Amino acid sequence: MIEIIDLGLIHFKTALLKQKQAVLDVASGGPDLLMLCEHPKTITLGRKYKEANLFQSRDSLNKQGFTVVEVDRGGDVSLHAPGQLIFYPILNLKRNNLGIREYLKKLEQVAVDLLADFDIVANGDDGNRGIWVGQRKIASIGVGVSRWVTYHGMGLNLYTDLSLFNVIRPCGLDIQMTALSGETKKYFDMSEIKCRSAENFKKVFGDK
Amino acid sequence: MTPVIVPDLGDGVTKVEVVMWCFDQGVSVRKHDDLVELVTDKAIFNVSAPVSGILKKIYYSSGQEVSIGCILGEIE
Repeated sequence: MIEIIDLGLIHFKTALLKQKQAVLDVASGGPDLLMLCEHPKTITLGRKYKEANLFQSRDSLNKQGFTVVEVDRGGDVSLHAPGQLIFYPILNLKRNNLGIREYLKKLEQVAVDLLADFDIVANGDDGNRGIWVGQRKIASIGVGVSRWVTYHGMGLNLYTDLSLFNVIRPCGLDIQMTALSGETKKYFDMSEIKCRSAENFKKVFGDK
Repeated sequence: MTPVIVPDLGDGVTKVEVVMWCFDQGVSVRKHDDLVELVTDKAIFNVSAPVSGILKKIYYSSGQEVSIGCILGEIE
């Protein structure tokens, strides 16, 4: 049984605290969770980040309303903003008999299946983790695991203001970002997408 | 001494990189504390303390690559 929790629009650090508490609960035998949310403008720096991948000083970014946070996840620089749907699975890998790579692939599959519902052909990439529509990146992945329980997760651009990405080199790569609204020329209701995402997540991770 | 071992991460992962230790050598740790961070693909994996005690030995430090099954350190 996977519980779905909608955190709405929530500060990154507050959501991280909720994840860390949930990790302890799941590690102690509690049910797996999927937290869904959006964040205000936030730039996160993974353990492998390079300062050169921030195109402006942290002071300048703060003045523009970005919160910059160093986080205990893999990967380089990432950006969150309203219109990006965040998936934070709190999943016990041992209990689900999953290795790390298999887990990452399944997480990618959740986004690929969701995008397929809107006739968008997207793919994961073992070399450059994340979800790609052609050469354009639509979702980024960076996860942490503690006591075999996952936290952090995936950010999928639905109608994110893509110009915000101009202040960073996303994931340390010279790439173009995209969003579902840009690919389809339509606007999407976040609540509806959250419902579909929860269904897809349960299907991919085998929850009845 | 109880070894702190790089666990089997599944799916053919054979090597990982040590990101950082959360404790210094000689410090007391509790069972289940996140002890050392490893990274593979885009995942940070925290190896937790198998027992409570003193972190007596750290054999690998940040940036070093280690194999699955390798002893990272020891707790007494």
